[in-house]
Amino acid sequence: MALDKEYLEYSKRQYGMDHDRYSWSMLEDRPKVNWPDGKSLALWVNVSLQYFPLDQKGIPFKVPGGMTMPYPDLRHYSLRDYGNRVGIYRFFKAFDRFGIKPTIAMNTRLAEKYPYLLKKVVERGDEIICHGYHMDALHHDGLAEGEEAELVSKSLDRLRELSGQKVEGWLSPARNESSITPELLKQNNVRYFCDWVNDDMPYSFNTENGPLVAMPLSNELDDQFILMNNLHSEQSYVEQIEDSCDLLIKEAETSGGRILALNIHPWLLGQPHRIAKLEALLEKLTSNPKVWSASASDILNAFENQ
Amino acid sequence: MKEEPGYYDYWPYENRPKIKWPNGARVALWVAPNIEFYELNPPANPHRAAWPQPYPAVGGYSIRDYGNRVGHTRQMQLLEKYGIRGSISLSTALCDHHPEIIEMCKERNWEFFSHGIYNTRYTYGMSEEQERDMIRDSIETIYKHTGQKCAGYLAPALSHSEYTLDLFAEAGTELFGNDAGFYTCDLFHDDQPTPIHLRSGKRFVSIPYSLEMNDTIAYVVNKIEPRRYGQMIKDNFDRLYQEGAESGTIMCIPTHNYQVSCPHRLRAFEEALEYITGHSDVWITTGKEIAQHFLDNHYDTINDDIASKIVGAK
Repeated sequence: MALDKEYLEYSKRQYGMDHDRYSWSMLEDRPKVNWPDGKSLALWVNVSLQYFPLDQKGIPFKVPGGMTMPYPDLRHYSLRDYGNRVGIYRFFKAFDRFGIKPTIAMNTRLAEKYPYLLKKVVERGDEIICHGYHMDALHHDGLAEGEEAELVSKSLDRLRELSGQKVEGWLSPARNESSITPELLKQNNVRYFCDWVNDDMPYSFNTENGPLVAMPLSNELDDQFILMNNLHSEQSYVEQIEDSCDLLIKEAETSGGRILALNIHPWLLGQPHRIAKLEALLEKLTSNPKVWSASASDILNAFENQ
Repeated sequence: MKEEPGYYDYWPYENRPKIKWPNGARVALWVAPNIEFYELNPPANPHRAAWPQPYPAVGGYSIRDYGNRVGHTRQMQLLEKYGIRGSISLSTALCDHHPEIIEMCKERNWEFFSHGIYNTRYTYGMSEEQERDMIRDSIETIYKHTGQKCAGYLAPALSHSEYTLDLFAEAGTELFGNDAGFYTCDLFHDDQPTPIHLRSGKRFVSIPYSLEMNDTIAYVVNKIEPRRYGQMIKDNFDRLYQEGAESGTIMCIPTHNYQVSCPHRLRAFEEALEYITGHSDVWITTGKEIAQHFLDNHYDTINDDIASKIVGAK
C-alpha cells in the first residue's frame, strides 16, 4: 500500500499563497482606513433577492435553500417566493425607518419576472448588484466552453438594461465559482465581487483580464448560515451581530475602519416571527454614532479614496 | 484491522495515584491554536476528498485563509492579554507560506508541534515509509524555522494509520533523541495523561486535547451558538478544577484562527478565558511542559498503577 509519489510532493510550498489570485497579507499590517465623518464601522446590509426555479436541475449540486422534494416542490418554491412578495416589503419599511442604505443583490431572472419589484428598488435608489441569473444557474467547471461566458454576460447585460444602473458588483449564486468566473466578471466590467470570505476588508484579486476587488461579505454572519445551516435561534443571531459590531468598533480604534457586512434574505428574516428581531438589531446598530450605513460601492469608493 | 488501537490500557477514573502539578495547581490549562494551511488544489487522496465542492472550493478555502490573514492576530492578542502561551498545532508548510506568523509566535515563546505538512494531505493510504517521510519533514521544518525540537503530534486533519504514533516517536528519536517526539494529542480517552505503548518502548505520553472543547467541532460539527460555547468552556473548567483538588487534571482548549477569532465569537471565548484565569491554582502552560512534567514525575508510578488494574484482562 502506498500513495502516488505526487502525494508527497509539494510544488507550491513557497512564500505566500498556493495560487496567484491575490497576495498574502495580514490585515493587521495594512494601512489604517478612515471612513467618512470619522466613522468606525461601515454597515453593509446586503439583501439577496433570489429566484429559485421549480424545475431545478441541481447541477453540480442542489443549491442550499432550493428545491429538495420531488417535482413539483411547491413548498420550497412558494416559501422562497414569499420573500419577494412579502418579506422584502417588510425589509424596505425597516430600512427607511432606521436609515439603512441597503445593497440589493438580485438574480437577473427575478428582475425579468417581477418588474414591479425591480422598479421599486430602482426608485428607492438602492444599489443593485448582480446575483447571477437565478439560484439554479450555478457557475462551475462542468459548464461547456462558452456556456458560462454567455451566462455571465446575459445576467449582467439584462440586469443593466432593465435597471438602468451600471451594476458593478457581483455575488455568485451559492457563492460558487468556476475556475474562470473571475476572468469572465472582469471581462464584463464588473468592479467588485463578493464570493470570497478570507478578509474583513476589500483587497485586489487578480484575473487574466486585470484586477477585480474582492469585497468581504461575511458568510459566517449570513442569516441563512446562522438560522438555517446552524439552526441557531433568532436571539442568538442578534447577539452574534451585536458582538461582532462591538469587536469591530473596538478594533477600529487601533487598526482603522472596519466593515460589518450582513447578507440577509427576505424569505428568512422577512417572516413575521423574525422581522422584529431584524428591526431591533438595525435600531441598535444605527443608534451607534460610530456606525456608517452605506452601500457596497460607497464603501469601496471610500476605501479606494484613502 | 485491529479490534483496539493497543496504545493504552484500561485505567478507571477512581483510586488513581495523585498527579501533582507545579505549585500545587489543580488544573493544567493549555490552549492549542491550530495554525493550518489548506491547499486550494491538493492532489487527490483515494480515501478522503479535501473539499466537499468541486474545484475551486471558494467557501471552504477562503474562510480558512481568513484565519491566517485576519484571525491569527486577534487570537494572539487575546491569549497574550490573559498570559497564555499558545501550543501551536502547525501545518508546517506554513513556515514557508506565512513566516510572519511563525515569527510572531516565536517572539512570544509559543510552542510549535507537528500537525503534518498540510491539512489537505491525509495519512490514509500512505505506506509506512511515506508517512515516516512526511512526519520527519514536519519535525525538521519546525526545527529549521523555530529552533524547537518538536515534542508533540496531532495527525493532519486527524488522519491516522496504525503506525502513526510509532512513526512520530521514532522520527523524533532519530532526529533529536528523547528531546523530540514524546507526546500525542490524537487520543481522547481521558482527562489525565496516559503512558502509551509503542513498538520502540520509548517513554511516550498522551496529553488530553479535547475534541469536545475544540472550536471547530463545536461550531462546525455541533453547530453550537457562540455564547453557549463560552459557557461550555466554563462548565468544563469548573468540573476539572473541582476534581483537580484530588489529583491534577488537564484542560485543553483547541482553537482555530478561522473559527474562534471571527468577530461574533471572540467575546464568548474572552469571557471564558477571563473566568478561568481569574482562579488561583491553575497552571497555565503548554502541551510540551505538561508532557515533560508527567514523564519526569509520574510516568513510572502511573504505569505501575495501570498494570495493577488490568490483571485478569483477556
